Amino acid sequence: MSTFLGIPRRREADDEPFGPLPHPHEPLRWGESFPRAAKAALGNTQLRRNLAHATTTIRDKRARVVAEVPDWEALRDAGSAVKQQVLAELPELLARLEQSVTERGGVVHWARDADEANRIVAQIAEAKGADEVVKIKSMATQEIGLNEALAARGIAAIETDLAELIVQLADDMPSHFLVPAIHRNRTEIRDIFLARMAGAPADLSDAPRELATAAREHLRRKFLSAKVAVSGANFGVADTGTVAVVESEGNGRMCLTLPETLVTVMGIEKLVPTFTDLEVFLQLLPRSSTGERMNPYTSLWTGVTPGDGPQEFHLILLDNGRTKVLEDEVGRAALHCIRCSACLNVCPVYERVGGHAYGSVYPGPIGAILTPQLTGPSGAQSAGHDDPNASLPFASTLCGACYEVCPVKIDIPSILVDLRARAVDADRGRLVDPVAAAMKAASWAMSDAGRFAGAERAAALTHRVGGKDHVVRRLPYPGSLWTGSRDLPVPASRSFRRWWADRKESE
Amino acid sequence: MSDARSEILIRIRAALGPDPAPVEVPRAYRTAGDLAPGSPEAIDLLEDRLLDYKAHVRRVSADELPAAIAQAVADLGAEGPVVVPDGLDPAWLTGLADVVADSRTAPRSNAELDAAAAVVTAARVAIADTGTIVLDGEPDQGRRAISLVPDAHVCVVRADQVVQTVPEAVRLLAEHPARPQTWVSGPSATSDIELSRVEGVHGPRTLHVLLVV
Repeated sequence: MSTFLGIPRRREADDEPFGPLPHPHEPLRWGESFPRAAKAALGNTQLRRNLAHATTTIRDKRARVVAEVPDWEALRDAGSAVKQQVLAELPELLARLEQSVTERGGVVHWARDADEANRIVAQIAEAKGADEVVKIKSMATQEIGLNEALAARGIAAIETDLAELIVQLADDMPSHFLVPAIHRNRTEIRDIFLARMAGAPADLSDAPRELATAAREHLRRKFLSAKVAVSGANFGVADTGTVAVVESEGNGRMCLTLPETLVTVMGIEKLVPTFTDLEVFLQLLPRSSTGERMNPYTSLWTGVTPGDGPQEFHLILLDNGRTKVLEDEVGRAALHCIRCSACLNVCPVYERVGGHAYGSVYPGPIGAILTPQLTGPSGAQSAGHDDPNASLPFASTLCGACYEVCPVKIDIPSILVDLRARAVDADRGRLVDPVAAAMKAASWAMSDAGRFAGAERAAALTHRVGGKDHVVRRLPYPGSLWTGSRDLPVPASRSFRRWWADRKESE
Repeated sequence: MSDARSEILIRIRAALGPDPAPVEVPRAYRTAGDLAPGSPEAIDLLEDRLLDYKAHVRRVSADELPAAIAQAVADLGAEGPVVVPDGLDPAWLTGLADVVADSRTAPRSNAELDAAAAVVTAARVAIADTGTIVLDGEPDQGRRAISLVPDAHVCVVRADQVVQTVPEAVRLLAEHPARPQTWVSGPSATSDIELSRVEGVHGPRTLHVLLVV
């Protein structure tokens, strides 16, 4: 079974065993549609083992630290309402953020789409004469394909988060918000380091501590000499202009503190109105994401502080489809997301297929509602069958676990159902719709007693196509559309009406 | 074509429609804990959380502090000077032989910080519930770089700086929101390999907390 999920590209043989998952042109739409990609992923037993181990670990950790908090539900209510408030007051809050950052010596840029954001980052780096930037893991910069855009202009973007470094060294794609290399186990990571990391010790073992030390040595010189850093933002405080980044390793602090120039790419929905609103989110986020009471490091900075940290700060406010998501009153709740990844870790579908099957840098339940809205047509429409992303809302069992763990109470199941309805509506006008055709035929047969009896006799004849267990596993086209994903019980050899009539005769 | 700023704001207003309904935020969560700031129970809780993160914790009296700082540095067995922010109480440092001061106006280079054995700082506030110590860049805590690049951080926390909950700390910090803040919860760590926590990546691999009670 193949695990190939990406866009075709000729690859060197020595890329094995890490590939093949080349970097796509569109970080929000790559690979095959979900059903095909999932089928391939399910055949990869190593992947399933890695994912099951990792998601079980993190689920247990999260459950333990959330149970410790007596007012968890009240915090969720507050978090959800603050995010609703942010969207309702978005124009005013963005203007206020811009003003407060500017007053503190920062420069605010606005970017309508990925290209515009990438261009701004590249221009800043070029103005500083930098051919290299150090990066903090950030979903926003993944979403806009910043690394590839910078590379095209001769600027190397160095990922400094351990998992992101693993992904970058393997020329892979991330498969999780928090742990982009969740699909790799320690032995695979050791092999990647040995093959691709300059200066990796030849006797490197697969102990996580040794691997972390190797990454420390590898990146230390980069940190101490980097001129420009690029980050995302977990929160931007409108009132004060303060930006917050939460992290674990200290790579974030290195990037936010040592280089002379800092560029932060922030989605326009990442705001909170006031500084004290952080008291809600700095409780919700760490416990939901890494399952810790608090993440090791949180950095908060406000514009430029003379003599401490970067003396040039650029904040790029990114739309890239977010205003389109905002158009839908139900779907816009996807913009409340604080990227904790709790919904990925509890999702029975994600646990089995992994992040790559979603064909977007936003996988899992939140990705299934966010990606199709970010990439779909405007006006709360679905692109329908022609867009692989239209299949994403179907990548769920609707079990509701994602809603229960969401720290900001995004009702993901309801939005999934809403998006499914949109996808079906979009397909209604298609030239040949097998479902509609079948329903039309059924309607014709069932509206006349004689025709219905004829149909019953025809159905009884198919009794023989089933196996010993009376199940049909494969039908020729167009029946294969049904049997491709499910079995079909054979019709009874005698219909109920036939049986009833015979019974009456024998009486 | 209009500029990006106006266009994005126009798109947002169009998406929201006229007069989006105002949102009331329910704040039924705790804004303070049951434990009084600086109480022995709050300090016990803080110590428990810090130990859970594999930080070293020692309770000392004000008189014992200089010797405790010297001991913590000696225990590292590392070579190089000890970096301190220039606003740190000099009485704390009497047990140290090789001390270099750093400030915003006279900063040490990254290479000097990298060669240091340790850094000693004070703190702004500590959160017992989460085992978090917050530095806000004042003269006794120094530039963000000095508590980051050296491989060991000795942090002095006074009992009266310990609060129980996150909201108590945030409200205190909100008095000076523009100060650069670093929230530290244990030594640097990663869970990126199979989601197993490993202490010690890019930030200081050793965190010594001296609680002055």
